[in-house]
Amino acid sequence: MQFDIKRRRLVQGLLALTALAIVPLRALARNKEAFEATSPDDALKSLFGDKAVSDSDQVSLKVPDIAENGAVVPVTVESSLAGVASISIIVIENPNPLSARFQMNPAVAANISTRIKMGQSSDVVAAVETDEGVFVTRKNVKVTIGGCGG
Amino acid sequence: MNRTNCTALLPITALLVSMLLSAPGWADPAQDLAAFQNFYQKRFPDIPLAAHKDGAYALDEAKREQWLEMEDFPPYEIAVDDGAELYDEAFPGGGGYADCLGDSAPAVKQLYPRFDGEAGQVVTLEQALNQCRVEGGLEPLAYEGEEMAALAAYIAMESRGRVFELASPADPGALAAYENGKQFYYTRRGQLNFACSSCHLQSVGMMLRAERLSAAVGHATHWPVYRGKWERVGSLHKRFQECNEQVRAEPLDEQSETYRNLEYFLTYMNNGMELNGPASRK
Amino acid sequence: MAKPVKIRAKLKGEVASIKSLMPHPMETGTRKDPEGNVVAAHYIETVTCEHNGETIVVADWGPSVSKNPYFAFQILSAKTGDTVKISWTDNLGETSTGETTLK
Repeated sequence: MQFDIKRRRLVQGLLALTALAIVPLRALARNKEAFEATSPDDALKSLFGDKAVSDSDQVSLKVPDIAENGAVVPVTVESSLAGVASISIIVIENPNPLSARFQMNPAVAANISTRIKMGQSSDVVAAVETDEGVFVTRKNVKVTIGGCGG
Repeated sequence: MNRTNCTALLPITALLVSMLLSAPGWADPAQDLAAFQNFYQKRFPDIPLAAHKDGAYALDEAKREQWLEMEDFPPYEIAVDDGAELYDEAFPGGGGYADCLGDSAPAVKQLYPRFDGEAGQVVTLEQALNQCRVEGGLEPLAYEGEEMAALAAYIAMESRGRVFELASPADPGALAAYENGKQFYYTRRGQLNFACSSCHLQSVGMMLRAERLSAAVGHATHWPVYRGKWERVGSLHKRFQECNEQVRAEPLDEQSETYRNLEYFLTYMNNGMELNGPASRK
Repeated sequence: MAKPVKIRAKLKGEVASIKSLMPHPMETGTRKDPEGNVVAAHYIETVTCEHNGETIVVADWGPSVSKNPYFAFQILSAKTGDTVKISWTDNLGETSTGETTLK
C-alpha cells in the first residue's frame, strides 16, 4: 500500500516536470522599426540591439543561385544551434531589407521555409538568434530579367 | 546565346519545316503530328516525349528545382478552390456544369478544343463553359477574368492524368481551321520577325537571355497556368498574347478565331500527351 | 471575409511537417495599377501558429514576403489527433485563419 502511494507520487512528480519543459512562447511584438529600416545594419540594430552578430556554419540557407522570378524566391533556413529563439530573413538590396522574422518555442524545429520578393540581385542573410547571440550566414541570389519569357 | 550542336540539326529542321509548309491543300494532320513529335524525339534523344509537359523544367535542372519548390504548395490551388465553388453553382434554368459538359465532367479538358461542324468553328473549353452558363441562365464570364481562370483551373485539375485524344481534323471546316492555326504557327511576325516555330522548334532548348526555350510538345498540356509574372492564373491565349507582344507583334483577343485555330493546331500536335494542368510557371 | 489559410500537415513519427498557403495580395504599396494609380500597401503583418491551442510560432512579416504567402515549419513532438491552427492579421486589420487535425 505504502509502496503504491510512493510510486504514484513519483509518477505525478515526473509528469509535472515534463509539463514544465514545454515553455510557452513569449513572443515580442512586431518590431515596426526593424521592418521600416532602410539599411541592413539599422534592421539588425532594431532587432538585436547590441547582441553580438557572428558568422556561423551552423546556420544553413537554401536559396537558388539564379532566381527564376524575383517575386517568388524560395528560401529555407535551417540551424543546428541549440535554443533558437528566432530566425530572420534579410535581403540586403531590398528597399526595406528585413523581410520576415519567425519567433518560435523549443517545440518547433529551427527549420523554416517561405517565399520572398527580391527587387534585384542581392545577398540574402539568415539571422538565427539564441541566448548566446545572433548567428548569420549569407548567400548571393541573382535575379534576372527574363528574355522573351520575362 | 548558348549554342548546342546546331549544324547537325539544320538538315532535320529544314526538312521538317519544308514538309510542314508544303501545299496547304494537301494537309495531312496525322502526318504532321508524327513528324512534329518525331522532331522532338530526335532533338532530345535522352528526354522522353512525355517529359516535355513540364516545359523548360524538363530541360534545365536549376530551374526545375525552383519549380518543384513552388509545386510543393502551388498558388494555383487557391484558384482551383475558387473554381470548385463556381463549378458547384446551380444554374437558374436548372442543372449545372456537370449536366452540360458530358459524361466525364468535370474531367473534360482532354476533349478540347474541338471543331464544331454546326457552328463552323473551333470551340475551346472556355467557350464551352460560357455556352453552358448562357444556356443555364447565367451571364457569360469574361475570358480574361479571374473567375473564368478559376473555373478552368478546377477543370484542369480534375482532368489531370487524362490524355489528349483529339480526332484528326477530317472535314473541310476542321481542316481549314487546322491549316489556319498551322500557318499562324510557322509565319514570322512582329518587329522581331519571329514565328512560334523560330523559338520553340528551331531554337528549342537554347537560351534566350535567361530563358530556356521549351518544346512545343507539352505546350498544350498544362494550362491554365499560375504565371509568377502575372501573379494569377491565366490562359493559353493570354500566353499567346504575351508571346506576340514580345516579338513586337499586335496581340489578338483571347478566344479570337485565330487564337482558337492556333490552339487547335497546337493541341493536335500534343495529341497522345498526358494533361498536367494547372501548372506553376515563372 | 478573407480566404482561409490552407494547411497541409504530415505526421512522421513524432514530427509534424506543416505547410501553409495563405491567399493574400501582399501589396508593397509601391506598385502602380494599369491606370497609373499607386496600389495601397496591404500585407500580412503577423502570423500566429498554435498547436493544441498553444502558440508555438509567431511570424512577423513585411510586404516583401511573396503574394499568397507560403510558410512551412515542423513541430517536434506531435501525435495523431493534435490540432494545428494558423491565423494572420494584416496591416488593414483584416484577419483569417485555418485549422487542421493531424492524422
